[in-house]
Amino acid sequence: MSEVAGRSKVLWSIVGWLVVFVFFFPVLWMWLEGFKTEPQAASTPPTILFVPTLAEFQEVLSGDFPPFFINSAIASIGSTLLVLVLGLPAAYALAIRPVKRSRDVLFFFISTRFLPFAASLVPLYLLARDLQLLDNILALVLIYTTINLPLGVWLLRSFLLEIPHDLFEAARVDGASFHHEILRIVVPLIAPGLAATSLICLIFSWNEFFYAVNLTSSVAATAPLFLVSFISGRGLFYAKLAAAATLASLPVLLAGWIAQRQLIRGLTMGAVK
Amino acid sequence: MSDTKLGSVQWRFVATTAIGLIVALAGSACAGAGGGGGGSNSKTITLAAVDNPQMADLKGLVSEFQKAHSDITVKIVTLPEDQLRQQVTQDVAANSGRYDLFTIGTYEVPLWAKKGWIENLSPFIAKDSSYDPGDLIPGVSKALSYNNNLYAVPFYGESSMLMYRKDMLAAKGITMPDHPTWDQVAAAAKAVNSSSVSGICLRGLPGWGEQLAPLDTVVNTYGGRWFDEKWNAQLTQPEFKAAVNFYINLVKSAGEPGAGNAGFTECLNAYNNGKVAMWYDATVAASNFTGAAATNSAYAYAPHVVKDWSGWLWAWALGMPSSSKKKDAAWTFADWATSKDYIKLVGQKLGWAHVPPGTRTSTYAIPEYQQAAGAFAQVTVQSIANADIAHPTVQPVPYVGIQYVDIDEFQQLGDQVSQEFAKVIAGGQTVDQALQKAQALAAAVGKKYQT
Repeated sequence: MSEVAGRSKVLWSIVGWLVVFVFFFPVLWMWLEGFKTEPQAASTPPTILFVPTLAEFQEVLSGDFPPFFINSAIASIGSTLLVLVLGLPAAYALAIRPVKRSRDVLFFFISTRFLPFAASLVPLYLLARDLQLLDNILALVLIYTTINLPLGVWLLRSFLLEIPHDLFEAARVDGASFHHEILRIVVPLIAPGLAATSLICLIFSWNEFFYAVNLTSSVAATAPLFLVSFISGRGLFYAKLAAAATLASLPVLLAGWIAQRQLIRGLTMGAVK
Repeated sequence: MSDTKLGSVQWRFVATTAIGLIVALAGSACAGAGGGGGGSNSKTITLAAVDNPQMADLKGLVSEFQKAHSDITVKIVTLPEDQLRQQVTQDVAANSGRYDLFTIGTYEVPLWAKKGWIENLSPFIAKDSSYDPGDLIPGVSKALSYNNNLYAVPFYGESSMLMYRKDMLAAKGITMPDHPTWDQVAAAAKAVNSSSVSGICLRGLPGWGEQLAPLDTVVNTYGGRWFDEKWNAQLTQPEFKAAVNFYINLVKSAGEPGAGNAGFTECLNAYNNGKVAMWYDATVAASNFTGAAATNSAYAYAPHVVKDWSGWLWAWALGMPSSSKKKDAAWTFADWATSKDYIKLVGQKLGWAHVPPGTRTSTYAIPEYQQAAGAFAQVTVQSIANADIAHPTVQPVPYVGIQYVDIDEFQQLGDQVSQEFAKVIAGGQTVDQALQKAQALAAAVGKKYQT
């Protein structure tokens, strides 16, 4: 029996690693392509064995890339902080001290995400033009905040629901104020949840392309726009694009790696009571 | 008690940080707006450009411009063609003035000039005695004009030609004439086609600027047209039908595998990797050849049937939106980037193979350029010179444009029609079925012009 169980464990491990490989392969391939020359990157059949070169990375880095990355950092970190600052009180109101018709409020929050992005573009574009916010990073900060806020509220609410109600009762008996409750009880208890929410908002904002391409041009352009500037209509560009994409993915990878432990706890928090 | 006090201090800290962040963001955003938006004293101009190798070179040489014009800062935003078209259209239609210059094609210039979206550049050109507009290749300047005035200045021009591997054709005893017919090309493609090498690469990727570009030139040379003089759609006429049948049969019988997804880049890769023996596409393609493709290629004019000189005509040109607030500074840059001196600068700084082709007649008289572009320079300049956008086919047409119909609706119409042809390539329907649907789509567009 134990032999059968052992075999089944090995089998599931193999299946697990295969699935991981399938998901990870495109990323691995992107990394490899960045270290090839342009003809190697475009060859058929694909070049597997090659002498790695940093030429394409050098070319990408010789471009004017810092402003794109700084803009992306401002837009993603700024919007993520705003989501936390606005989302946590909202989630508290919906989870700990439910307001009237809180289910309707929750539905209203998420319904703002039902609208296709393309449908909101023209009004947002005209609004940004009239408010002098075209090619202005503040426009992206605000838009990313509004996109991520419903998600943030829902996620934070689900984490808050995990906190036993007795804890709040006990704190209130001891005379804890509302601010005290949030900072002394809620924040430490849902720290993994906050990390998970932040990372998800950060990734969404860092990778967002549609609004960035339509509302910015030179001053406020973000990292995804830096990537597409390598897609050439009349030339070879795969290796350069892969090198640029590798660089653009590094900050998110780094953030994910730093938050790894918190993230796994956060993402599995609601799974088992 | 002390806990409560500490709590409120922490709370104040969080609130102060949040407010500080918002203020800082607003501050940085306002600074950003000043740099890019529109301070009237600022001499920063923004150019939205299509990404191609010549434009990448321009980006690298902007510092040379700034050495001579320290009062003008140039910011170049490069985007893929479809994104650029969307952004720039938005910008001019909403009059938002994000850009002072943009690269637009021969398709947009007459349409946008008519709408008053772009500035007439002839008065600017008249002020610069060294610009020499007479040196611009006539077909190109005609395509960029409206009411005999230049509305955009050409930065890069191309036609289409046949590129082929001399060694692969010679192995089958085939000699390709300089002006081949499509039947000769098809016969050669079928003769060299094998399990490892396809006979010819022809674009199948849906899109008016992708599959339809080469296919339209085949339609033209077969004597077909999109509309007759009274804007009646002509897609089910025998000439149109014969051309589409020929193109799709050639793709299916001797074309590249996965033709439905093959555009310029895919064909370039296939040709560079020795996977196809011939390729009919843009004249600039040859400057991207590597390895055996670079050393063993020869070039022929666009294949023909009944219409001679069937190559397409396309130019990326610098246009100035009417909404620009820095027109003089913008023109100073456009003047520099499309001048004879710029061509010499590229040749001397980056090498003569980097020179933007297809804009000025004088480029083709430069010995160093002739040597660098060698085999395809003459085919390029002759093809561009003989491409006539007003007479794309043997029958009269009410529109201009060779590989497109120069009307607003064509982007959508072309995309839809090419989707129908892609379904035929994939085996999902017959040419007749595709043409019936395409005819209905074109007829609906034609009606708008009949009143």
